[in-house]
Formats: sequence, structure tokens, C-alpha cells
Amino acid sequence: MQDKKYTTISIPTPLANKIKKRIEGTGFNSLSSYVTYILRQVISSIEQDEHNVEFSKEDEEKIKNRLRNLGYID
Amino acid sequence: MINPHGGELIEREMSAEKREKIINEITDFYRIIINAEQAQEIENIAQGVFSPLKGFLPENEYESVLEHSRLTNDVPWTIPILLGISDDDAKVMNPTDSIVLVGPDGPVAVLDVEEIFKFDKKKHVKSVFGTTDSRHPGVKRTEEMYDFLISGEIELIQANPHPFDRYYLKPKESRLLFKERGWNKIVAFQTRNPPHVGHEYVQKAALTIVDGLLINPIIGKKKAGDFKDEVILESYNALIENYYPKQHAVMSILKTEMRYGGPKEAIHHSIMRKNFGCTHFIVGRDHAGVGDFYGPYDAHDIFKDFPDLEIEPIFFKSFSHCKTCGGPVNDKICPHPPENHIFFKGTMVREIVNEGKIPPKEMMRPEVVEVIKSYEDPFVK
Repeated sequence: MQDKKYTTISIPTPLANKIKKRIEGTGFNSLSSYVTYILRQVISSIEQDEHNVEFSKEDEEKIKNRLRNLGYID
Repeated sequence: MINPHGGELIEREMSAEKREKIINEITDFYRIIINAEQAQEIENIAQGVFSPLKGFLPENEYESVLEHSRLTNDVPWTIPILLGISDDDAKVMNPTDSIVLVGPDGPVAVLDVEEIFKFDKKKHVKSVFGTTDSRHPGVKRTEEMYDFLISGEIELIQANPHPFDRYYLKPKESRLLFKERGWNKIVAFQTRNPPHVGHEYVQKAALTIVDGLLINPIIGKKKAGDFKDEVILESYNALIENYYPKQHAVMSILKTEMRYGGPKEAIHHSIMRKNFGCTHFIVGRDHAGVGDFYGPYDAHDIFKDFPDLEIEPIFFKSFSHCKTCGGPVNDKICPHPPENHIFFKGTMVREIVNEGKIPPKEMMRPEVVEVIKSYEDPFVK
């Protein structure tokens, strides 16, 4: 059995209270699950477009030829 | 363009020189026989369809997927990619060995053995398929698997020729195609049926908010009674040729097999399309479902657990032809009662064709019907 590692972070108590109130009846069962959800969303939006796939000149030409031969591009 | 899943588009195809060397020395390697479906999944790993996976999951990653639907680095992953091995193979192999996996058409890949471990099939099926019922095809298949799993990174020796390679683009190729066409937002549509008017309606509705449409049929092992791959491809060709703006729609195939994992498979399907470069993915009613194992919209609800998936799901519920509206509609836009509607369902099309009848034009384009009719038996036996 593998346990997911968790850690503790501190946030201001008034903010925690505000979030607790906000998540009532939303399906989030804890402050932690809500904060995890929001952080995952934020981090993934920051990382958008950070990992562009690079094509070497040779690679690009080879792929373009195949796409042309298959009729995908002119 | 959208990031590959996990941040890196995996490419693990051997150079020609290395391939020649491995093939010349193949008798020095311990070899395991794999089937065509396993060989196909290895190609998917090697060509980046399953990015960021570089091989078959080791035990800690596998457990993480079962328990959290994520890899240990928090990247979403819902369907474990595994290779079972026999007790005899498990006894003689050691971590750090390099072995060769041999498919029906010859050597497929080198696998650097990382771990060999036994897996709990009940826990596996409960997590992946949400049931332990042997009537579920995924459960049955898991029960038939060997008890041991082997993990490790793979390197593809060579991709085996496939009858529909003419329709296949690797993720790197589809990404370059989208770039060449100037498409930034691309919606993927998965299918395993010839298109009916409801499919066309959904695809075109989605296309109105993006730059391009990728029609992405799943080609691979199917159930008896499913439409044959060639029928699906030809019928889509007919539809695209006659009814689609060619500058905004392309078709390429996804070579994998259905697992019928319902909601978890819907996430897996989205991840694969993200790797192809798609920004949006259409998820319909009972996506990747089978029988009544899942609720009709379970595959919609699960997306709430993955705010970091990056590819955006577009949900559709039911479609029909409304006789009063005079065209295809969905449940959101039509006020008329059910008796005014002809409902579109793949199973209904199959039944009509099976009975030797012709689907009405409100349900299926005549060009698509012509393709189906041109086959004496359009179904998988």
C-alpha cells in the first residue's frame, strides 16, 4: 500500500473561515480538498504553454513531407 | 499550443543503427511474447500518445493511480498501463535486465526491467472499472491476466505496419499539422461508429467555438456486433467530403483498444487527445461505458476532480431530430415533447442496419448509408 504524501501549510484563520463558509454544500468535503483544487487549477494555468514541443529542422521537413503525401497539407 | 500531458512529449523510438544492432543480437536477450494489443500500447508509449509515461508503471506509480487517479508527481492519470507476465517469466527475470518484447509480427521493444510485482486484481478492477462484476469486459480481461506485472521504460524497436496507417498521425505529426493550419484551438471527437446526424451536429456545434476539428476514431480490438474499422473510416470520409469545411476538419485514427472504463477512461481519452495537441474534447452520454455499469453522466462529473487537466471537456447530453423544429437539436435548445423526436443512438442505427433496413435521412446522411450498404457484413463477428 502506497500512501500519498501530504504536508501542512498555514493560511490566515479569517481566510480559512471564509473558505469554509464558501464551500458549504459545494461537494468539497474539507478546506484542504478545496485549496488543493484551487492550487492545481492555478499552477496548471501558469504552466500553460511552458512546454512547447520543439521540432528540429530535419524533423519538421520529414513530418511535413508525410503530411503532404497523406493529403493533410498542400 | 497546449502542453503535452505532464510537460514532455515522449519519444522512445530507436534509431536505425540501434535497431539493427538489437536485431542482430536478439538471441542474447531474454524474450517475452506479447499480443497485438500489447504491442500497440507499446507504440503508444513510444510515440507519445501516453505521455508522460515512458514505460509500464512501477508499483508505486500503479498504486498512486489506483488510489488517487494521479501519478506520484500529482499529474492526472486514471488508467494504469500495465504488462502482465507469467509466473515462469517472473521467476527468471531480475530488475536491471534488458529484455525484448516480441509481438505477432516480430520484435517490438526493449524493456529495461525495473520491477516485477504481484497485483491485487480485485482492488484493480474496483478502482479502474468501479465494479468487480465479471460481466464487465474490463473486469473479465483483468481476471484473465497473469498475476505478475513487469515495469520499466521501453524503447520501440519498430512500429508494426497497420492496415490503416494512412490515417494515423503521431502526436508530433498532429501537432505540426495544427500549427501549419494555424489552428490554436482544436476540438477532438472520439468515435467507434459511423456518423449519424447527431454526431455531425455535435461536431459542428463544437467547431463553431474553435479553429479546427479532429475526428479521431478508435481503431482496435472491438466487441462482436461493432461496426468494422473500414466501415467507420469510409463513412467518415464520405461525410467530410460532402458536408465539412476541409480547412477546418481532419480525421486521423487512435490505435488503441477500448477498456470500457467509463468515467476514468473519459479522462484517459482526454489525456491522449491533449498529447495530440487538442485543446478541447467532446464527452457524450455514457462515454466509454458498457451495459449499465455507469450512470449516463458519470463521465461528465469526473472532470470536476481534475481542474489541472488543461484540455477542456465539452459536454453533450442527448441529441435528436425534432420534427417540429425541423432539424437536429439537443435537450437544452428544444422545448418539444419526446413524441416529436427521432432519437439518435448508435445501437439504434445498428439495429436498423441489422434488419436490412435503411436509416432515415433525419438520422443518417445518404452518403454514409451508401458506404454501410456497400458492405455485405459491416459488423465485427
